[in-house]
Amino acid sequence: MANETKPQTQPKPKVQKNAIPMPKQTAEARKRNFSEVALGYSQEQALTEASRCLQCAKPTCVKGCPVEVDIPAFIKLMKEKQFDKAISKIKEKNCLPAICGRVCPQEEQCQKNCLLGKIGDPVSIGRLERFLADWERQTGIACSEKAKSTGKRVAVIGAGPAGLTAAADLIKMGHEVVIYEALHLPGGVLMYGIPEFRLPKDIVQGEADYVKKLGVDIHVNCLVGRTFTIPELLKSGYDAVFVGTGAGPPQFMGIPGENLGGIYSANEFLIRVNLMKAYTYPKCDTPVSIGKKVAVIGGGNVAMDSARIALRLGADVCIVYRRSREELPARKEEIENAEEEGINCKFLANPVRFIGDENGHVKAMECIQMELGPPDESGRRKPVPIKGSEFTMDVDTVVVAIGRTPNPIIQSTTEGLQFTKWGTIVADENGKTNMPGVFAGGDIVTGEATVISAMGAGKRAAKTINEYLKNKK
Amino acid sequence: MHKIVVKRELAPKIKLFEVEAPEIASKAQAGQFVILKLDESGERFPLTIVDWNKTRGTITVIFLEVGVSTEKLGKLKEGDSITDVAGPLGKPSDIQNYPLICVVGGGVGTAAAYPIARAFKEAGTKVISIIGAKTANMLILEDKIAEASDEVYISTDDGTKGQKGFVSDALKKLIDKGYNFSAVYAIGPTVMMRAVAETTRPYKIKTIVSLNPIMVDGMGMCGACRVTVAGATRFACVDGPDFDAHQVDFTELIKRQRAYCPEEKMGLQQYQEKCACGK
Repeated sequence: MANETKPQTQPKPKVQKNAIPMPKQTAEARKRNFSEVALGYSQEQALTEASRCLQCAKPTCVKGCPVEVDIPAFIKLMKEKQFDKAISKIKEKNCLPAICGRVCPQEEQCQKNCLLGKIGDPVSIGRLERFLADWERQTGIACSEKAKSTGKRVAVIGAGPAGLTAAADLIKMGHEVVIYEALHLPGGVLMYGIPEFRLPKDIVQGEADYVKKLGVDIHVNCLVGRTFTIPELLKSGYDAVFVGTGAGPPQFMGIPGENLGGIYSANEFLIRVNLMKAYTYPKCDTPVSIGKKVAVIGGGNVAMDSARIALRLGADVCIVYRRSREELPARKEEIENAEEEGINCKFLANPVRFIGDENGHVKAMECIQMELGPPDESGRRKPVPIKGSEFTMDVDTVVVAIGRTPNPIIQSTTEGLQFTKWGTIVADENGKTNMPGVFAGGDIVTGEATVISAMGAGKRAAKTINEYLKNKK
Repeated sequence: MHKIVVKRELAPKIKLFEVEAPEIASKAQAGQFVILKLDESGERFPLTIVDWNKTRGTITVIFLEVGVSTEKLGKLKEGDSITDVAGPLGKPSDIQNYPLICVVGGGVGTAAAYPIARAFKEAGTKVISIIGAKTANMLILEDKIAEASDEVYISTDDGTKGQKGFVSDALKKLIDKGYNFSAVYAIGPTVMMRAVAETTRPYKIKTIVSLNPIMVDGMGMCGACRVTVAGATRFACVDGPDFDAHQVDFTELIKRQRAYCPEEKMGLQQYQEKCACGK
C-alpha cells in the first residue's frame, strides 16, 4: 500500500548514556527573581529524552511510583508524538502531573529503578511528565466524561495533594464530592509551602481548576472542626468523609529567646511569601520583614525553600544543620540549586539560644558544634554536642524549619476518632480509620512526607471509600 | 463573597459592619473570631465576632482603622462584598455560671467584651462591666453593654465621661469596695490588659484576657501568634485567644506586636498617598 511506512533500515542508534539536562535560569539571574528556576524541555529535547527509554518488557520504574503511572506506555505515546494520548495515560493514575513533574523526588522513586541508571543517567521521567502537562495546559485541558452518578456523597477535608487526588478519583467513580478547604485558596502545601520559583502558583491553580472541572465542588474558608465538625458532616448527609488535612503547627526548638522578633517558623515565612505573595509588598498587603543576615535552621526541603526565598529577598543566608552534608534530607537537586545560588551551609552545628537587642529583636545566635555518633532509631548517625564548642553567629532573621506537628482541631472536635500519641490519625494504608465512614491519608496519618506519597494515600483511600460506599445501603 | 448589609460609624475611626456569613453565624460563640481578607491582594487579619444572627445569617464585627486593611475595610459601603471570611476561629470563652464577674473593655476592645458579658448574663451570672476609652467620643457600645450587664462603670483617660483614669483604676476601686468577683475578663489594648492583670494579681482573682497577637492564617499553621503562657509557647489562634492573665508574658507580647511597625507604617503611608491622589 502506498501509505505503508517504510521498514526501519537504519541501525538502531546507540543508547544515550546522558540525560538531556534541564534548561535553567542561571544562578546569577534567578537569585534576583521569583520566576521558575527550571524552564522545562523544548519539544525537541523532550522527544530526544523520551527516545532514551528502553521500553523494558518488565518495567521497574512503575514499581517506584506511589501512584503507579504506566510510565513506559506514556513515553511510548510520547515518542510517537501523541502528546494528548500520552498525558491521558498519565492522568489515568495521576490527576496532578504538572505538579508531580516538578516536585516529586523522582530520583528516589521511578528513576531510581530505571535500567539506564546502571550505565549512565536514568530516563528523566519527571521532566517528561512536566513537558506533557505543560503542553496540555497550553493546548487546553481535556476532561473525561462524568461517570454515572451513584447518588453517594463524600466530603473531603483539605484541598492539598491528598484531598485533590482523592476527590478527583471519587468523582470519576460517580460519587458527588465536596472539598472543604480552610485557607482562602485550594492547593494546601502546594500553594502555601512550595515557593513560586519551584512550583508556580498558576500551575497549582490550574490543577485545582481541573479537579473542579471534573465536577468537584471546592468550598474555601471552611475550617473543619470549627465551621463544621466531622460528626456534623456525616449527620448532614455525607456518606463518607476523607480527612487530608496535612501537617499543622510548626515545631520550635524550645531554646531561650525563640520568641524574639525576627524569628519565624518556616510555615509563617512560607505562608507570607508564597500564599500571601509578600515578596510583592506593598503591591499586596502582607509584608515580610527580612534582615541582612538570615540563618535557616534545618536541612530538609522546607529549609532549602526558606533559604532560597530569603536570598531572593536580598539577604545573606546560611543554613545551619546539626548533621553533615551527607545526611541532608532535602532533594539533591534542591541542595545543588541552593549552593549554586550562593547559600552557605554550616554543618554539624545546632543553636542553643538566641540573643536579642533592646527592642526584643534577635541579633545573634549561640550555637554548639556537633559530631556524629552511632546511628539512632532513624538509621542516621546521631548528632552529639561537643562540650565547650559554643560559638556565636550574628543574625537578624532566623527561620526555624525543623518540622511540624498535626493540627489539633480535628482531634479535639471528633469524639471517637483514634489518634496516635503524636496527634496523627490512626489509619491503615488504605485510609481506613476506626470510625465508620471516616477515612484519612497524607501527612495527617504519616507525619510529614512528600506530595506524591500524600497523593498515593489519597488514591488508595478513594478506592477504599468506593468499596465502602458500594456496600453501604 | 460576603455582602455588607449594615455599616455604622460608632466613633471616629471605629466602624461596625454586619456581614453575611450564614455558616459562621450558625456556629459562633462568645470569644471567637474570624479571619477576613478583603480582596485578591489583601492580607488575612483577625476580628472578634461581636454579634451574630442565625436567622439573618449575619455576623457583626467592629474595628478601629489602624492600618491598610482596616482603612480599606472602612471604605467599603453597604452592599459591597468581602472576598473571604473564615471562622468561627479560636476556642470559645469558657462561660460558666459564676455568682459575680467583672468584664472590662478598653477602647475598641469593648466590642470584644460585649459578647462575653452577654454570654455570662445569659448563663445567669451577675455581670459588672467597666468600659473605658481615651475620651468620651471614643466610647462605644454603651447601650449594648448596659443591656448585658447588671452594673456599668465608665472611665475615660481625660475625664470627659465617667471616672477620670484607666479601667484598671476603676476595677481596683470596685474590688476595694468589696465586690467579690469570681473572675475578671479583660479585653483591650495589651498594656491595658497587663494593667488589669497586675491589678487583680495581689487579690488572686482569676483573670482572663483575650490576646490579639499578629496572626497570618489564624488556623494553627504559622506560629506567628505564639505567646508565652506559664513559661510555655502557645498559639493564640488554636490554644486561645483566651488565656490566664496572670501567666501571660505581656512584655514579650508587646514586643512581638511591634515586629511589623516599620513595614506597616510604610504600607499605610503609601496607601494613604495613593488614596489622596484619588486612585
